[in-house]
Amino acid sequence: MPRRKLATGMLLGLGSLAGSLLYRRRAARQRERIDLYAADGSMVSVSDGSPDAPRLLAAAREVIRQAEL
Amino acid sequence: MDAAQALADLTEISSQIVHAAVIGGDGGVLASTFDDGERAGRFAEGVGRLVADADAVREASGLPGLAQLEAATLDGSLFIVRGENGASIAAVTRPDPTVGLVFYDLKHALRSIDETKPRAARRRKTDAPA
Repeated sequence: MPRRKLATGMLLGLGSLAGSLLYRRRAARQRERIDLYAADGSMVSVSDGSPDAPRLLAAAREVIRQAEL
Repeated sequence: MDAAQALADLTEISSQIVHAAVIGGDGGVLASTFDDGERAGRFAEGVGRLVADADAVREASGLPGLAQLEAATLDGSLFIVRGENGASIAAVTRPDPTVGLVFYDLKHALRSIDETKPRAARRRKTDAPA
């Protein structure tokens, strides 16, 4: 009985750890975006998943790399 | 105020900014926080490429003239503000910056550079003999 409880506890712990890692990775991906603002105040957000995002984000990453954070 | 002084003030005010550069309408670097001019040049070239790409996306989206942009990545954020005379200011920050504050500081810096030009022109006009 105690062995079974231990196994259940470990499974629950591993499951929640995996879930939190997946959630963090997904949230981090969603943070990557490019917001374009026009002079009149209108805005277009190009986020991960949109067809233009890979090209724009790659260009932005390259510039940020140049700055060597 | 000249571009170098404006950048010095900017980095003193905004601790979020890691590097910044003022880029002329022709793509040349007017001032930057980089020690190395070559690195500043590569930075400006990259900014130019990104602005060109962003402009194409902006046009396709039907958005009027691009005034500013923010690119948020996992490594940090890149901000670009375009001035009225074709010059622009670009800055790199650490991840998750206070977006509104960074834009405000960049616009203020760019305006402080712009504002000196008409004043200097007025002074020259006043000094000229009638």
